[in-house]
Amino acid sequence: MSNPRTMFEKVWDDHVVVPETDETPAVLFIDLHLTHEVTTPQAYSELRKRGLKVRRPDLTLATMDHSTPTRTEQVFGGVPIAVDSAAKQVKQLEVNAHEFGVELFDLQDSRRGIVHIIGPELGLTQPGKTIVCGDSHTSTHGAFGALAFGIGTTEVGHVLATQCLLQRRPRTFAINVVNKLPAGVTAKDLILAIIGRIGVSGGTGHVLEFRGACISGLSMDERMTICNMSIEAGARAGMVAPDATTIAYLKETPRAPKDGAWEAALQRWSQLPTDAGAKFDRSVDIDAAELVPMVTYGTHPGMVAPVNGHVPSQGDAVFQKALTYMGLKAGEPINNVPVNNVFVGSCTNGRLSDLRNAARVLRGHKLAQGVKMLVVPGSQNVKRAAEAEGLHRVFLDAGAEWRESGCSMCLGMNGDLVPAGHYSISTSNRNFEGRQGVGARTLLASPETAAASAIRGRVTDPREFTN
Amino acid sequence: MPAVTSIRSRTVVLPTSNIDTDQIIPARFLTSTSRAGFGKNLFADWRYDAAGNPKPDFPLNRPEAQGAAILVAGRNIGCGSSREHAAWALQDFGIAAVVSTEFADIFRTNCLKNGLVPVLVDENTHAWLLANPQAEVSIDVEHATLGLPDGTAVKFPLEGFARYCLLNGVDELGYLLSKGDAISKYEQKHQ
Repeated sequence: MSNPRTMFEKVWDDHVVVPETDETPAVLFIDLHLTHEVTTPQAYSELRKRGLKVRRPDLTLATMDHSTPTRTEQVFGGVPIAVDSAAKQVKQLEVNAHEFGVELFDLQDSRRGIVHIIGPELGLTQPGKTIVCGDSHTSTHGAFGALAFGIGTTEVGHVLATQCLLQRRPRTFAINVVNKLPAGVTAKDLILAIIGRIGVSGGTGHVLEFRGACISGLSMDERMTICNMSIEAGARAGMVAPDATTIAYLKETPRAPKDGAWEAALQRWSQLPTDAGAKFDRSVDIDAAELVPMVTYGTHPGMVAPVNGHVPSQGDAVFQKALTYMGLKAGEPINNVPVNNVFVGSCTNGRLSDLRNAARVLRGHKLAQGVKMLVVPGSQNVKRAAEAEGLHRVFLDAGAEWRESGCSMCLGMNGDLVPAGHYSISTSNRNFEGRQGVGARTLLASPETAAASAIRGRVTDPREFTN
Repeated sequence: MPAVTSIRSRTVVLPTSNIDTDQIIPARFLTSTSRAGFGKNLFADWRYDAAGNPKPDFPLNRPEAQGAAILVAGRNIGCGSSREHAAWALQDFGIAAVVSTEFADIFRTNCLKNGLVPVLVDENTHAWLLANPQAEVSIDVEHATLGLPDGTAVKFPLEGFARYCLLNGVDELGYLLSKGDAISKYEQKHQ
């Protein structure tokens, strides 16, 4: 019997084309290359310059999400994209996909959506695969037991041309989460608490494996929320072992293996979980039962506190700078913070269950006076499913806007912006300065906390509405 | 990619830790389809006021920082988004090397892919550099050392392959393309 291995090691070993040496990194084969309009144009230009083709168009998929508008009239009504350079970028992706023979879900395609939402939805995201994309939140796909990580544009070019990447093997980091999350505490709260615990560079150089009874009990949507934010702890990737939940999810998807190939895949996937006795380079234990809803107060995702807690009473120069930017005082109660803007969406929390959870809190309520709320489904598929359940009615009746899918206000490069100085409670993944607009003050939270805060007009514990 | 053998320059210091790539180049500038021209928007929201005028107290705007090609940054530089535009913006501005005690993984990779040298140093060296802005320092890529004004040469990690690429101005795509046979064999075996 061979040495016990972690899940990461098994996936890595399966994809080594040329092993690493002291002098040279490994050549690693990539099973799925997801692409979008923002981080590919320069890579295609390089291919063109060198007279190269896309080696495996069959393993490459393009969508548009970052710089695309979310207003229905701009997506479907013939109203031009407001930002001229964004319109050109979208057009350039169409040209590149056509010229290089890559399948593209264009602006009006019914399958379009945020790249990390549609991979799983289609069933292209599968256990044991290596998956890359020119986007740091590619870590999302690790929820299926894939090794999935973000790359830069030069590396996008490498994968387009060779279907491979040069990589040094990262180290492994087990995040053991015991017990169940208490009622009203979500996967978003869990990952925010983990980042608060290990820090925004705590995972640098590592692949995280989320393990333990808590993780096994989570849905695929919840696992995706957790793996999505692995990068906010600095990790290359996050992974969860595939199990019955994973298989049940994939079985219903259009591009999962079928028939005999499905049976063979199940056999392969059953071998993936970390062997008993396998060693991780690092580990940390988290007790889910002790957790409460979490909200960030600062300018990185590690600056996080319980929704009913306080901004820390003291900190270093970075802490002071963050509080100045956020307009908050040391020691101030978090639920004292006013909310002007609410965003529900993104690759972190833009799936159907997220919209259901926000709607469950919001149903029968109105937005507090002066609050603006944007609900943006993660994909057109999520949008249709939400509308079939009438979720859009709940949001519209409360006074929120209901949009077409895209990255939207997570990063404000598509016209969806938070005004300077406004407080935005957001279900997205980054509260960096200016992330949602110049001078915007972002507080990251779960869809439930965002919805509860929308009703009260200040940061609010969602358990006041749900428990 | 141009070859980089040595860099000699004054430093410019941004002591803040966790400088994310949204600060280095904000997302609203990412709609370009070219690699060029990002330097003018480097650190845009820290460098310019709301009217677009340079903020005189921002370190990169100070007269003594003009021409400095080595950026000394607080720990965990380049966290967040994978945007390679961050490396392009630094280079386009004139930065040739970034010094810190910790680099975010994707940012470090993006730097190396563009010949921007990531120099990882120990806490003591870092503390000295933070305390001595505009220090005249040198970087020797061949020996992977940072030369301080007192003559000390501080070793930094740079693996053989990355060093070879920097010294020869070779990008990695040529190397990957040379492995075409091995890739084909892998593909046949894993159909």
